[in-house]
Amino acid sequence: MSWSDLLSLLRIALHAMVPITLTAVGEIVGETAGLFNIGLEGILLISAFAGALGARIGGPWMGFLIGAGVGAAIGFLFAVINTYWKGTQMVTGIGINLFAMGFVAFGLIQLGAPGFFAVPRTVQLIKWRTAMGAMSPMIVVALVLPFLIHWFMRRTRAGLILKAAGEMPEAADVAGINVNRTRLFAATFGGMLAGVAGAYMSIAWIGSVTKDLSAGRGFIALATVVFSGLNPLLALLGGFIFGFFQGLAEWVKTLPSKPIPFQFVSMLPYIVTLLVVSGAIGRVRFPKALGESYKRE
Amino acid sequence: MSANPSRDSRLLRGARRTLTGLHPALESLLAAVIGLLIGALLMYIWGFNPWKAYWALLQGAYGGSYEWASSLSRATPLILTALTFSVCVRAGMFNIGAEGQMLMGAMAAICVTYFRMPVGLHLLVGLVFALTAGAVWSIVPALLKITRGVSEVISTIMFNWIGRWLALYLAIYVIVDPMRAEKTLTVPVTARFPILVRGTDFSYSFFLSLFVALVLYFILWHTTMGYEVRAAGLNPTAARYGGIRNKRTMLWSFLLGGAAAGLAGAAIVMGMPPSYAAFGGGAFPNLTNIGFDGMAVAMVGRNHPIGIVAASVLFGGLNAGGRVMQFYGSNPVPLEMVRIVMGAIVLAMSVPELIRLFPAIRRQGESLVRLLRRKGESSEEGSS
Repeated sequence: MSWSDLLSLLRIALHAMVPITLTAVGEIVGETAGLFNIGLEGILLISAFAGALGARIGGPWMGFLIGAGVGAAIGFLFAVINTYWKGTQMVTGIGINLFAMGFVAFGLIQLGAPGFFAVPRTVQLIKWRTAMGAMSPMIVVALVLPFLIHWFMRRTRAGLILKAAGEMPEAADVAGINVNRTRLFAATFGGMLAGVAGAYMSIAWIGSVTKDLSAGRGFIALATVVFSGLNPLLALLGGFIFGFFQGLAEWVKTLPSKPIPFQFVSMLPYIVTLLVVSGAIGRVRFPKALGESYKRE
Repeated sequence: MSANPSRDSRLLRGARRTLTGLHPALESLLAAVIGLLIGALLMYIWGFNPWKAYWALLQGAYGGSYEWASSLSRATPLILTALTFSVCVRAGMFNIGAEGQMLMGAMAAICVTYFRMPVGLHLLVGLVFALTAGAVWSIVPALLKITRGVSEVISTIMFNWIGRWLALYLAIYVIVDPMRAEKTLTVPVTARFPILVRGTDFSYSFFLSLFVALVLYFILWHTTMGYEVRAAGLNPTAARYGGIRNKRTMLWSFLLGGAAAGLAGAAIVMGMPPSYAAFGGGAFPNLTNIGFDGMAVAMVGRNHPIGIVAASVLFGGLNAGGRVMQFYGSNPVPLEMVRIVMGAIVLAMSVPELIRLFPAIRRQGESLVRLLRRKGESSEEGSS
């Protein structure tokens, strides 16, 4: 492996890190407040599609705006079902994923591109030319956001309220915190970040939409959350690890010598996810009320 | 005018009882209606005529004996993958790995092509292969859950993707048809399920699904192990104090579920004309999503084998009718609309499903009902 190979690997890894880190950080906010959203995969997929459409209409920023809006809307729906309507979070998440699979496949057919919807280069987010090659500005966002969220959760009153809603909703309620509304905000924010991540995939990174564009990234983000133990900074590290192995898989695929069949290389990110998560578990503690609707006695 | 307050409160109480005591089947039906309405709304927004589309779907699903055969044939694998999901839900876990386990089962079933055997035995060996492969594919997530506490939601999804790539590798390099590289070997006639209704794709594999549903029903409700699985699912702590080894029940529910999913794969490659093979070239069009659709079937079927069989008729009908719908009229609706409807149904299900899955909440719900009832009674007393 030469020096330039290493750089290109690092470049791919940083790009692959962005959606996982953004989604994971959003989910950390949601899980801190007590909502476990396994519909992230579906949110990524739908918002990638919506973002691509938005970019077609009004350029890359419009795409991001629409992706974020769609993500936030789904996050909001998820939150309403699981706070005010006392839904089952797992089932809602599975429903979102099923819906997204159908919706995007349907939408792609309607656009006359059943397999592959390309986002024109002119409406893709511009990449910075650097010494390492073209880099997406979103990498900076993914690098900075975890620190902001970390600060927010550790150092602000709102962050404390968030934690109270997930850790001990009864006590939070007695203290005058509106548990359901807190959770609603948290999950909507988490959905919005997943929406940004989805839009990033279609209009700033891969440049196309397919019906399995998300490729398990929503679940890898969930695994990253487990790995991080709800610490956004560790989510950045986890996102980089998973991004690195996705990058490695992409990189090995491009090798002319084909040392191993690419089907096995493609398994790599998922195997690493499993290994990392099973290594991380044990030291991780999750909010006490995670996954349960809060109901006043 | 409400001149008679006691009658009013009685009416209210009646309504309340109907709503809180709504029969599970009615709740599922309600969810299905909501899902169909959401689908109709989306079709309308997209410029389709929802009523025409649904009419085509209904005709294509239940319009005659051919349509019924087609619906039941599509219900067959869904019953099995739904059982996968629901056995684990009964044990208090969310096994969303049916997709990968089903693919492994299908690949294993195709491997019987390498043997020559008499009719019947050949089929049986294929089924054993498939259920073993499905169960094996569920062992690692189960062990990770038991020994390391890894969330089964994450591990089973990872195994779905690993399984998908492994199956693609097998289908392209190992069990590939030497004549046609895009498909696997074709399951020989001796290992196929006989066709039940001539001229349709409805085969005897349907009875395999019914049989497995019955077996799982028997295991869950009439054996000690099933009791332990359900007890562990209702309240793991209480079950442990009661002497139930939770880890063993977890492993068993995963293995049973994996075996059912493996059989779903076999039911397709051994019992679904015309292909009797998997298509690695097209990334498994006849196998993909059977595992995920099964989860929807399980939820609408309330995670009960009998409910699942009933729900599978609905979902099999959606799939079969969707095929007719996508060619109907001047502006046909793509088949994918069916999955949108399924997702919407599951979303609708998630709201009251809670009552069934989490006993603690149900208890709270019941206490609320009691409270309401008491209030109703006291208001009645006040009026009289």
